[in-house]
Amino acid sequence: MSIIRIEDYLAANARTRGDKIALVAGARRLSFSELDQLSDRVAAGLRKGGVQRGDRVLVFMDNCWEAVVAIFAVLKAGAVFSPINPSTKADKLAFVAGNCRAAAILTQAKLLTIVNDVLPSCPPLALTMVATGGKGEVPEGCVSFDAACATPCEALPREGINLDLAMLIYTSGSTGFPKGVMMTHQNIDAAATSITTYLENTSNDVIMAVLPISFDYGLYQVLMAVKLGATLVLEKSFAFPQAILNRIREERVTGFPLVPTMAALLLQMRDLQPGQFPTLRYITNTAAALPPAHIARLQELFPTTTLFSMYGLTECKRCTYLPPAQLKARPGSVGIAIPGTEAYVVDDQGQKLPFGSTGELVIRGPHVMKGYWENPKATQQALRAGPLPQEMVLHTGDLFRTDEQGFLYFVGRKDDIIKTRGEKVSPKEVENALYALAGVQEAAVVGVPDPVLGFAIKAVVALDGGVALTAADVIRHCARNLEDFMVPKIVEFRDRLPKSENGKIARRQVEAESLEAVQ
Amino acid sequence: MSAVNSKVREFIKDNFMYRDDRADLADTESLLDAGLVDSTGILELVAFIETEFSIQMADTDIVPDNLDSVDTIVRYVEGKIGATA
Repeated sequence: MSIIRIEDYLAANARTRGDKIALVAGARRLSFSELDQLSDRVAAGLRKGGVQRGDRVLVFMDNCWEAVVAIFAVLKAGAVFSPINPSTKADKLAFVAGNCRAAAILTQAKLLTIVNDVLPSCPPLALTMVATGGKGEVPEGCVSFDAACATPCEALPREGINLDLAMLIYTSGSTGFPKGVMMTHQNIDAAATSITTYLENTSNDVIMAVLPISFDYGLYQVLMAVKLGATLVLEKSFAFPQAILNRIREERVTGFPLVPTMAALLLQMRDLQPGQFPTLRYITNTAAALPPAHIARLQELFPTTTLFSMYGLTECKRCTYLPPAQLKARPGSVGIAIPGTEAYVVDDQGQKLPFGSTGELVIRGPHVMKGYWENPKATQQALRAGPLPQEMVLHTGDLFRTDEQGFLYFVGRKDDIIKTRGEKVSPKEVENALYALAGVQEAAVVGVPDPVLGFAIKAVVALDGGVALTAADVIRHCARNLEDFMVPKIVEFRDRLPKSENGKIARRQVEAESLEAVQ
Repeated sequence: MSAVNSKVREFIKDNFMYRDDRADLADTESLLDAGLVDSTGILELVAFIETEFSIQMADTDIVPDNLDSVDTIVRYVEGKIGATA
């Protein structure tokens, strides 16, 4: 049994391969020793600022080297990190900070305006530590991340054990309020060990991380690279695919995790020739299955690269992977349970169904979360009694079918959650934002198929009489209040929205009508 | 301000800036760092440049050096059309 805590990954590699490059972020290259030392120093700064074992600490940063240091520093202080998407707006940040009673926030100068809006409403948020990237002063009342990095110190004594919480990742809930997924060190180590086993990772790997580290898929690239003693190449955005491909070539990247939207963007490139990336050992895809045509084209362009189709959700990190040898025979499948875990489908009564059935996907294993932070109702729904006394298994809310050999295929969600560019969006959360716009009488938010995004967010809105709002007004309002990926791409105005018999807005009907319109 | 500059600015203003509460944008400001464009935004920008200025952009041209600020876009476009208006 592993007794490892996540920060031990870093200390171990600092001892055995201290001079090796752990992280490449823009022009900054950090060795394992440097990463270890910097995170010790920031941990000391957190402790000095009052952070204690078990405290929750928000990491509100983009994909920068400081974020990696911050995550390990929080863990070394015995605390729990919660990565927050850098496009998060003040209301949501305030909700999260209040929900987990955050003791501190680590952020960047460019995000301070949002943090400052939140601070007055969050009394326990005692410490704000700001990374300025060497530009400008830290405002009064804040502590300098850069100064902490420059202050020599002894490593803090280790207090925690691996049953402690390591992180809270907030995920969209169908009620419109995000839920904090509780993961212990043991959960993370189990998931990271399983994933690196089937990917056959070694310390020789060079892993590209372009997905936000506020998203567990991006975050695990950081955690797994440090566990392996591999090198991580951290990039801020996939907006310029050519720039990322250039980085893959320059840094001799071996592992490239992507989501279907990134694959679609890659395949839109005109001049990509087969075989240009000989160092690339594997590509992984998750969030949703790739269309078979995209799989075929990726295999053509990356003939020496192995493609892994996978499926997961934040509540257990990863559920399934398709052994690459099966890709030709089962291109639409996301495979089987990851090593050391079980994945099966159940009927409405929770009974396990035989191969060849459709039902809710259930996950059993050491990677399953401990529940949602202070949300017993949602926890009860997701975690239900497993085969052993006190054991909990995860009911995913995802409908899957199995083929005769037990390989799994995604069918749909049991709730209304929309998946867009790899992220989950609660229609309710977007609708709540729409209702806050003066003049909006009724709103329904649905997903419509989009070749690049998977699903695009569409807002269908009925206005109060005499009100004139344009689509741009609605989008602007949403962009001020929601993370970027939640902002509707399409706005449709109607006189009124269809209702169910009990008078509620019939979102399913709006969705069906929207689907018909695009077909 | 050149004709290219004003066309580029107008496109950015109409398509990206309304999402944000921004009155103005410096010519040298990074569109990506400012959070004004994402992957789909870049695709829209490329489509605009190709149509508006009758330029065919190669993949290798679609990089931050050419597209990440008003200045770089204008320089790229003017270089391609071979004249400053």
